Amino acid sequence: MRPRLIWRTARLREARVETGTARTLVFEVPGWPGHAAGQHVDVRLTADDGYTAQRSYSLAAPADGELLELTVETVPDGEVSPYLTEVMRPGDEVEIRGPVGGWFVWRPASKAPVLLVAGGSGIVPLMAMIRERRRAASRVPFRLVYSLRAPESRYYAEELRRPEPGLDVTYLYTRATPDGVSRPAGRILLADLAEGGWPAGFEPDCYVCGPTGFVEAAADLLLALGHAPERIRTERFGPTGG
Amino acid sequence: MGIVSRGFHGKRRDGGDRLPPGQYLVEDFPVLSAGPTPRVPLERWEFAIDTEAGQTHRWSWDELMALPQETPTVDIHCVTKWSKLDTTWEGVSLDVLFEDVESAADYALIYSYGGYTTNVPVEDLLDGKAWIAHRFDGEELAPQHGGPARLVVPHLYFWKSAKWVRGIRLLNEDYPGFWETAGYHNYGDPWREQRYEGD
Repeated sequence: MRPRLIWRTARLREARVETGTARTLVFEVPGWPGHAAGQHVDVRLTADDGYTAQRSYSLAAPADGELLELTVETVPDGEVSPYLTEVMRPGDEVEIRGPVGGWFVWRPASKAPVLLVAGGSGIVPLMAMIRERRRAASRVPFRLVYSLRAPESRYYAEELRRPEPGLDVTYLYTRATPDGVSRPAGRILLADLAEGGWPAGFEPDCYVCGPTGFVEAAADLLLALGHAPERIRTERFGPTGG
Repeated sequence: MGIVSRGFHGKRRDGGDRLPPGQYLVEDFPVLSAGPTPRVPLERWEFAIDTEAGQTHRWSWDELMALPQETPTVDIHCVTKWSKLDTTWEGVSLDVLFEDVESAADYALIYSYGGYTTNVPVEDLLDGKAWIAHRFDGEELAPQHGGPARLVVPHLYFWKSAKWVRGIRLLNEDYPGFWETAGYHNYGDPWREQRYEGD
């Protein structure tokens, strides 16, 4: 039996601008039990008349004691995300419950090579895995294929720019391509995963996260490349009223 | 009352008393699955009920289509917080499929093409509470939403409504399925907000 998940008070410690529409929030959560890379939390907001709203957000980093990190993309006309990305200031409080999820996780004890396939904000739980690998000084080879609209939509741009032994990063741009990149802008294709991923014979663990259409396409391409379905873990971010 | 978040007002979209605690309304139909979408050709598709005594009842696609069909309109509630009201399905009531099944089992493990499993008490599958559905909103059920056919058991969180359903194993003892062994609640009643283990 796992301990029951309880609502804990989470105070915003700091916030960083990630892109024009995304913000990373670092919360201090007294009593936080820790979490695995890839897990998520439920966030509950309460208005002063008692009205509440809940949403789920992926954790962007391994736990650092009682500090945990979320990266939130603003959903236009959303109910919760604009509060987190635009209104909230350090010192403000929400409630957090978790960690949740025991499937879409990477643990440093695992020895298989890893392929991470991110679509847009789907990078968040995959970044937690990259950071967990670094934290644990794991030598498991990682490859990240990160599909995004344009250079300015990159999350964690500086951190991913720093060379890291055993981590290869490939960017795919769907709308606008930076200078010096020969691949034309467009959706993820078989060749992208053939070149940026691992051969199926290496039996890598594949983690795919992003909007539904992206995840469907990427998972189908991985199957076409010969990866076994049971080695492909997916997390679909529904385009909902966040 | 919980901790008040300074400056939060909320949208208060009106789901009235049809919205379980912690849920919000959506108009689209989000997709959530743990792996790639299986694609099952209809000529190879079958559905089975396996009894605790070792008997198996099987239906081919054509046999399922020949049974009396129902078109329930129901509200669905996903554990990831979204709810969708008035969704219309077409399929066969499990009451019809269980008509000739001899069983005294209290527990059912639903299993799917692609390997997914989920557990539901037998009484939650009967008396007009669950269907094997193959159409949604008047269209064939798309693979990403669980087609050719999925279980629809709308009074429980939607992970219990197994996509790509292949069969039901009747058991004398409860046997947790995929999400139930990954930290989620064993029963999953949205009205009691039974999201995670221990809720």
